Amino acid sequence: MSLEFLIASAIGALVAGGVYLSLRARTFQVVLGLTLLSYAVNLFLFAVGRLTVDRPPLYAKGVADYADPLPQALVLTAIVITFGMTALSVVLALRSFLESGSDQVDGIADEEAES
Amino acid sequence: MLGTLFRASRTVHLGVAGAATAIGFVVLLSLAPAVLAGDLPATRVAWVPALGLELSLWLDPLALLFAGLILGIGFLVVVYAAGYLSEDEPTGRFLSFLMLFQGAMVGIALSNNVVLMLVFWELTSLSSFLLIGFWRHTAEARQGARMALAVTGGGGLALIAGMLLLGQAAGSFELATILTRGAIVQASPLYAPALLLILLGAFTKSAQFPFHFWLPHAMAAPTPVSAYLHSATMVKAGVFLLARLWPVLAGTDLWFALVATTGLVTMIFGAAIALFRTDLKAILAYSTISQLGLMVMLLGFATPAAAAAAVFHILNHAAFKAALFMNAGIVDHETGTRDIRRLGGLARLMPLTATMGVLAAAAMAGLPPLGGFISKEMMLHETAQTAVLGQTWLVPLLATVGATLSVAYSLRYALGLYFGPQRTGEVAKPHDPGAALLAPPLLLVALALGFGLLPMLIAGPLVTATTAAVTGGAPPKIDLALWHGLNLALALSVGAVLGGAFLLARHAALAHRVATGHWVDAKRLFDAAMDALVTATRRVTLAIHAPSLQRYLLLLFATVVVLGLDGATKVGPVLTGGRATTPASPAAIVVWVLLLAATLTVVVTQRQRFLALVFISVIGLAIALAFVHLSAPDLALTQIAVEVVTILLLLLALHLLPKQPARLSSTRRRLRDAVLGLVAGGGASATAWAIMTRVRGDTISTFHWANSYSGGGGTNVVNVTLVDFRAFDTMGEIIVLGIAGLAIFALLEPAVRGAAGQRLRAWRDTMPHSPERHPMMFVMATRLLLPLALLVGIYIFLRGHNQPGGGFVAALIFAIAILLQYLASGYDWTDERRRIGEHPLIAFGVLIAVGTGLGSLAFGAPFLSSSFGYFHLPVVGEFELATAMIFDVAVACVVLGAVMMALAQLSHVAQRAARQPDAEGER
Repeated sequence: MSLEFLIASAIGALVAGGVYLSLRARTFQVVLGLTLLSYAVNLFLFAVGRLTVDRPPLYAKGVADYADPLPQALVLTAIVITFGMTALSVVLALRSFLESGSDQVDGIADEEAES
Repeated sequence: MLGTLFRASRTVHLGVAGAATAIGFVVLLSLAPAVLAGDLPATRVAWVPALGLELSLWLDPLALLFAGLILGIGFLVVVYAAGYLSEDEPTGRFLSFLMLFQGAMVGIALSNNVVLMLVFWELTSLSSFLLIGFWRHTAEARQGARMALAVTGGGGLALIAGMLLLGQAAGSFELATILTRGAIVQASPLYAPALLLILLGAFTKSAQFPFHFWLPHAMAAPTPVSAYLHSATMVKAGVFLLARLWPVLAGTDLWFALVATTGLVTMIFGAAIALFRTDLKAILAYSTISQLGLMVMLLGFATPAAAAAAVFHILNHAAFKAALFMNAGIVDHETGTRDIRRLGGLARLMPLTATMGVLAAAAMAGLPPLGGFISKEMMLHETAQTAVLGQTWLVPLLATVGATLSVAYSLRYALGLYFGPQRTGEVAKPHDPGAALLAPPLLLVALALGFGLLPMLIAGPLVTATTAAVTGGAPPKIDLALWHGLNLALALSVGAVLGGAFLLARHAALAHRVATGHWVDAKRLFDAAMDALVTATRRVTLAIHAPSLQRYLLLLFATVVVLGLDGATKVGPVLTGGRATTPASPAAIVVWVLLLAATLTVVVTQRQRFLALVFISVIGLAIALAFVHLSAPDLALTQIAVEVVTILLLLLALHLLPKQPARLSSTRRRLRDAVLGLVAGGGASATAWAIMTRVRGDTISTFHWANSYSGGGGTNVVNVTLVDFRAFDTMGEIIVLGIAGLAIFALLEPAVRGAAGQRLRAWRDTMPHSPERHPMMFVMATRLLLPLALLVGIYIFLRGHNQPGGGFVAALIFAIAILLQYLASGYDWTDERRRIGEHPLIAFGVLIAVGTGLGSLAFGAPFLSSSFGYFHLPVVGEFELATAMIFDVAVACVVLGAVMMALAQLSHVAQRAARQPDAEGER
């Protein structure tokens, strides 16, 4: 097995899990789904720079073989922004639960829910 | 500037508007001799050349005629408005709308680019909306304005489509070019749709049947507006358009059938209704519809002589109809009513007004010796030349019917108002108004009289040149005169006058019959149509905009999957590229298995929420390990730190949320979502695989790598990229993060009140607790750890430019160090010892970031440029100080502020709610 296969399949698994969880009817699952999707997206962005083992992008004269620094910079900020997004969505979920007494995404109380 | 203008006095408003209009008119007059001599001034500025849009203006005789009407009557209307509007009306608002309209209208006349003309066209619809609704406190005005906008605006949309088609067919959007390509356009398959759409625009604007109904309702506008927009200028825009495009569109059977028929029907229809209205302005509105129908019909005949008649009638109508509206306005102003049944015998009380009104009405009736007589004669003469379905008598007969009706309503207006028994409305003794109200209509009536007495002197050259411009051919030989000898037109004219007098004599009986009949009310139909439209759009909106997050997300994901599959079919079957793959070590495989297993467990155990969280953290850890292995130490550091705070955050939230809720989705729905998830996952895998197995092309990464040390002063290329090369992006990102932090604050701060606060107070902890509230060992250990952790944070921060680390990671380490104190010693203990709040931290960070950017501007460098130097300290060794480091401090501040904001707010929201006084919670 190659590293590329491992990363590609991991991305696929995370996307599948993320999509499935995002489609659930309760807010907390949706937050979990978004978290999984964020992992997948960050990993995907990183993978666009191709995989390089043990060549961190630390500059030294004469080194020609190095991991692509640009996707790493993008993903670094993306990871932090992901935290912001997760925090906002979970707080949104909490506030909606506190206001309506239900943690369903559409704000329907549990007794009324059918599907 | 507009603000001061609004506050300035009424005299200033009127002065500015009047002077601007007068100057425009004088400039136009100074150009007139050259234009009539065949010299066409033009100017052109490229605007959006790629779209064929140019600010291209020209002044040909037709444009001259219209611009002259607009500016000339515009000036008179401003003078009239000075007498009409009372002291407490907002003249600033009124005149700015009026000037907006005037500018747009002149724009239509002068445009030499059809796209530009469309822009002005829409502007006239909008300004007309504002002017009709000027007295916005009355429902009538608001409804009238809305109806006018819906009809003319809707027609405007059709016109846009039509003009674009026309431009396509002609191969140019330049009017002068289009006008020379009549044969090409008429042979094009686009001709018929373009014509239909353009006519839709022209007919709605010029209130042609069956789009006429908005005009009477537009009479809710102040009378100067009615006189200006809804008789003399805007409603003639449709006629202008027909005349303007005459060389390209006219001459076909389709043109004749549509334009001449619509005009004829409108002429008779409008005149018939005008005869039975009782409101002076309604009479004039319907008569305007009828007269516009006459012009449209003449243009529909598509002969040069008919075009000349239409042009001359445009002039006549502008003069007498604006005068009549002003006349009706005076009567309304002086007597307090516009109901013709409550008025009569005013000639003795208001002799000047009466003279004007009678003369203008005579022009409208087509009586000699006024201009209206000549143009009506010309019209009847043209109808006699027109055969429909092989019959030569049909059109003249119908036209005479229309003329008869217009004689009847004109005479009714004049005789009903000024003769007969004296009825004076609300006022006992009305009298002639001041000069401001009287002079403008007087001038117009004099003009209408002049058109009759000295037609060739006053109007001859203009009509000749304009007709030539309309037809695009040689100037026709026209002979404007009151007497053309005994001919058919004269006979029809005499018949019309006699018939009109007869109709008026029998008016009372006819009116009774009309009043008792059942008639279709266009307004009710319109309102019903609008209601149906609103209902339908609401239904559609609710159908696609259902308040369900699940449905949104499902559609979103499904769309992405479909687009992805569609893209995949286009790319081709080769999934694997030529780049050599990297063999995986056993350790990598173990981590991979861990990640897959954790993902699966999260999905399966999602309803046991604490367990799911544990496995989420396993995934995060596995990804951090992957980053370590794949040469991304910065990412690994950030990932681990973020993972810690994310899990803490989710734990805190879960503390308050239900822990193990019941399942909601049906098995079928879960199966469907699972299939969608698997397809999406498969697609993502395939895409990632396809990318990773192909060789990377040349990117700007090479530049970043090469210039990191020499240009940015650091060897950690990722960090240099963040704080230097792409610092602007980073700045945007920390601002977003700061906003997220503030949004969290805004969401949680009020959560302690109202329904949410009650729920928080009612909330009881269900989780098992440690018997010790703050375990001694934990408290001590974390307090000892705090300085150490802070030191590590500073170390990571300082070395960030050259080694893995930097502001992002350092801030997360600080955050975790402080969070440990919250966890161990409790919120209150920690909060008391905290010096800086999260809000100042975020604000401070953003300000520094912007400040460093602006600082580089001060040195003449681009925004956010950095400079640096190396320093040596004992123990620490050589280190670098760069302005980029200040920027990194800013990044750290914002990240720390946002993270602390989220967690601190979340951690004590329940405590805060408990502290709220109960009385407030009971509300």
